[in-house]
Amino acid sequence: MNSRQNASDVGYSPLAIGLVLVIGIALTIWGAARTHDGPFAIQMYTAMGAFALGLFALVRAYITPNPNAVESRYEDGIVKAGVIASTFWGIAGLLVGVIIALQLSFPNLFYFQDFGWTNFGRMRPLHTSAVIFAFGGNVLIATSFYVVQRTCRARLAGGPWAWFVFWGYQLFILLAGTGYLLGITEGREYAEPPWYVDLWLTLVWVVYLLVFLGTIWKRQEKHIYVANWFYLAFIVTIAMLHIVNNLALPVSFADTFSYSAFSGVQDALTQWWYGHNAVGFFLTAGFLAIMYYFVPKQADRPVYSYRLSIIHFWALIFLYIWAGPHHLHYTALPMWAQTLGATFSIMLWMPSWGGMINGLMTLSGAWDKLRTDPVLRMLVVSVAFYGMSTFEGPVMSIRAVNSLSHYTDWTIGHVHSGALGWVGFVSFGALYCLTPWLWRRERLYSTALVEWHFWIATLGIVLYITSMWVAGVMQGLMWRAYNELGFLQYSFVETVEAMHPYYIIRAVGGLLYLIGALLMAYNLWRTARGDAPEAVTRPNAAPAAVAAE
Amino acid sequence: MTTPKNIGPEHHAVDEFSGTRTTGHEWDGIRELDTPLPRWWLYIFYACIAVAVVYWVLMPAWPMLNSYTPGTLGFSDRRNVAAEIQTLQAARKPSFERLNTATYDQIVADPQLAEFARAAGESTFGDNCRTCHGAGGAGAPGYPNLADDVWIWGGTLTDIEHTLRVGVRSTHADTRLSVMPAYGRDQLLSAREIGDVAEYVLTLSAARDRAKPDAAAAARGAAVFQQQCVACHGATGAGDRAFGAPSLTDDVWLYGGSREEVRKQIELGRGGVMPTWEARFDPAMIRALSVYVYGLGGGEPTPVAAPAAAPAPAAATTP
Repeated sequence: MNSRQNASDVGYSPLAIGLVLVIGIALTIWGAARTHDGPFAIQMYTAMGAFALGLFALVRAYITPNPNAVESRYEDGIVKAGVIASTFWGIAGLLVGVIIALQLSFPNLFYFQDFGWTNFGRMRPLHTSAVIFAFGGNVLIATSFYVVQRTCRARLAGGPWAWFVFWGYQLFILLAGTGYLLGITEGREYAEPPWYVDLWLTLVWVVYLLVFLGTIWKRQEKHIYVANWFYLAFIVTIAMLHIVNNLALPVSFADTFSYSAFSGVQDALTQWWYGHNAVGFFLTAGFLAIMYYFVPKQADRPVYSYRLSIIHFWALIFLYIWAGPHHLHYTALPMWAQTLGATFSIMLWMPSWGGMINGLMTLSGAWDKLRTDPVLRMLVVSVAFYGMSTFEGPVMSIRAVNSLSHYTDWTIGHVHSGALGWVGFVSFGALYCLTPWLWRRERLYSTALVEWHFWIATLGIVLYITSMWVAGVMQGLMWRAYNELGFLQYSFVETVEAMHPYYIIRAVGGLLYLIGALLMAYNLWRTARGDAPEAVTRPNAAPAAVAAE
Repeated sequence: MTTPKNIGPEHHAVDEFSGTRTTGHEWDGIRELDTPLPRWWLYIFYACIAVAVVYWVLMPAWPMLNSYTPGTLGFSDRRNVAAEIQTLQAARKPSFERLNTATYDQIVADPQLAEFARAAGESTFGDNCRTCHGAGGAGAPGYPNLADDVWIWGGTLTDIEHTLRVGVRSTHADTRLSVMPAYGRDQLLSAREIGDVAEYVLTLSAARDRAKPDAAAAARGAAVFQQQCVACHGATGAGDRAFGAPSLTDDVWLYGGSREEVRKQIELGRGGVMPTWEARFDPAMIRALSVYVYGLGGGEPTPVAAPAAAPAPAAATTP
C-alpha cells in the first residue's frame, strides 16, 4: 500500500479503513463473547484475526512507507495479487470438485465417517463457491482493475480502498468456505453464506463499485470501452441480486441462523431470480468483459462490430433478468411465471450469441494465429463453448425439454460446459496474458506447456460434458418410464446404479481439467520468476505492457 | 451517434483486412469496426421475439392486478396432471379392487391378477423396501434376505402381509416384537460366558464345520444356553416364529455368522426396526407387495387349513 505518496487522491482513506477494521474487531469480539454456538465463535475469531492482521498491515504501511514505492502510472500490484489468488483458488476449487466427483463414483471409498465435514453435503457448496466466487470472482476483480485502468488511461481510484476490496473479498471467501465445512449454510444455492458474511460482502462489493466507478469517472478517454460496460453491469447487478436474495432476519446477532424475508414459492422465485442472474451477470457479463479486452488484444485485431456490441449488451442485460423462473418449471410456481421465464430465455439466445459473434469474428484476419498461439486458441475455444452453452440453455428452458432434463445430471453437464469451457478457459487465457504483462516478461515460460494445458483440459471437458449428457438423458428417461400396467419401470436406486460408469468418466474428466490447471500454475510461476528461456520473441508478445508505459 | 466533433465517419480509418471503417475510437490499442449487425443474427432475434409473443397469446403469461392472462388455449398444468392421474387410477382401479376382495388363492390362480400384483409390488418395493432389503430382496447385514427359505416371522402370504402391515419393533400398536437382551452391554453375562455361549451356538449351527468351535468352551456355554436362551430359541436352537426367534441351527445369519459376529450379537442383542406400512399404503398395495415378496424365491405354502371360499371362478377372470 503505497497510499501515502498519493495523499491528494487518498485523503483520509487509511483512517477510514482503520475505523472499519476496529469496528470489525469490536463486533467480532462481542459476537464471540455472546454466542453459545461453537461454529459461530470460530467464525468470529477467524474474522477477528483477519481484521487484526489488516490493521497491523495498515499501520505498518503508514508508519514505514516503502522508500522504493514510486507512484506508477497504474496500480498493478493489486492485479498481481489477483492473479496469484485466482490461480490458488482455481486449483483449490477444482480439487474439491474432483473429490466430490469421486465421492459420487465410489461412495464407500470416499466416505469418512469420523470426518463429518468431508461429507458431500458440505463439500459441494465448497466446490461451487470456490470455483465461482473464489476463482471466478478473483479473476473478475483482477481483470476489471487491469482493464479499467488501461482503457480509461487512469490510475485506480480510491487508493488503499482497492486493497480493501481485494482482502475483504478474500475474507468473504475464507468465512464462507470454512463456514460450509462447519455446517453453516443458508441452504440457498450459490448464496449459502450466513447473514453476517452476506453483510460483509455487501460492504466490500459497494466499495468495489465505487472504486470502479471512480476510475471511470476520472478517465482520460472520451468514450467508455465496451468491456467496462459489461464490468459495470456485472458489479451493479450482483450488488442488487445479493442484497435482495439475502434479505433475512437473524434469530440472534450472536447466531449463524436467520430467516429469509420471503416464504414459500416467493422465496424460491427470489432465490432463482438470484441464481440465474448470478449465472447471467457474474459468469456471463463479467467474463464477456474479459473477452472484449483480451481477445482483440491477443489477436491484435479490432473488435468485429461496435453496433453489435451495443445491441447485444442492452438486449442481454434487459432479457437476462427475467429468465430465472425457468429453474422452477413444473413446481408450485404459477404457470404464467414459468411461461415468462421460458420465453425470455428463448429471446435471450441471440443477444447471448452477439457476444460470441463479436468474439469469434474479431479473429478475422488473424485466424492463422490459432495454429501458433495456444493462449489465443484457449480464448477462442472459450467463446465457442460460450456459444454452445448459451444455445443449450434456452433449449433446456423450454418446458417440454425441461420435463426431461430437470433434476438430472444433464443440468450438471450444461453448467460445466459453461463453467469449464467458457468461464474456465477465458480466465486461463486472461491469466496467461496478464502474467507476462504484469511481471514485465517478454513471453511465457513455456508455450509448450500451454499447449499441453489446452489439450488435456479440452479432453477433460469433452469427457465431462458428454458423460453427463448421456447420463442425464438416460436418468430422465428412466425416471419417466412406465410399464404397460401403469407402474414405474425403475426404482430410484436403479437409476443411480445406471449412472455409475458415467460418474467415473466425469471424475476422470474433472481430474484432467485439474491437471491442466496445475500445469498452468507451474507455467505462470516460472514466468513470474523470469525463467523464460532466451528464444525468438513473437512480434506481438506483449503489446499492452509496452503501450501502457 | 459516436462521431467525434469535426471528424465525420468518412474520415475514420478503414481496416485494411476487412475494408470496414472503424468507429474512430481507440482504447489501449483496441479499435472497433463499424460492421453492421449480421442480418441472420437480427432476423433470428426477431423470430425468437415473435415466438415469445405467440406463446404469450396461447399460454398463461402476464400477471395482471388480480389475475393473469390465461392464454387462448386454456392450458392448465394443474388440470392436465389431475386428468392424467385420474386416467391412470381409473385404469388400475378394477385390478386393485379385485386385489382387495380376492383371497390369495384366487390371486395366485388368476395369472392376470397375479401379474398385476407383482408389477405393483415390484414398483413399490423398489422405492420403499429396496433401500434396506436390497435388489431382489437379497438382504444385507441387519436386513433379512427375502429371497431365501429362512423366515423370522413366517413366509406364507398372510405372514408376509401381517409383517408388512404392523412392521417389526415399529410404532404400530400390534407390531411384531421380539427383544433379545444385550447380554454384554447390560452386564447380564460376563465376557467369558458370552464367548462360551457363542461357541455353543456355533456347535448347534450348520456353521460348525467351518467355525470349528472349541469343545470345552461349548460345553460350558451349553449350561448358560439352557438358562438364558432356550425360552425363545428352543432347546435345540431351532427357533420359534411365534416369538420371532431365529433358528440357530442353519447357517443363515442376520448379522453375520463369524465367531466375532455371533459374540457381538449376544453382547448387544441388536434388534433392527422395520416400519409399519399400514398408514402409507392401502390394503390392496400391501397385498400386492406380499405377492411380490412371496414370489422372490422363499414363499411358503399356506398351511392346509384352506379358506372356506368358493372355488376360484377361474373361467370368469377374463375381463
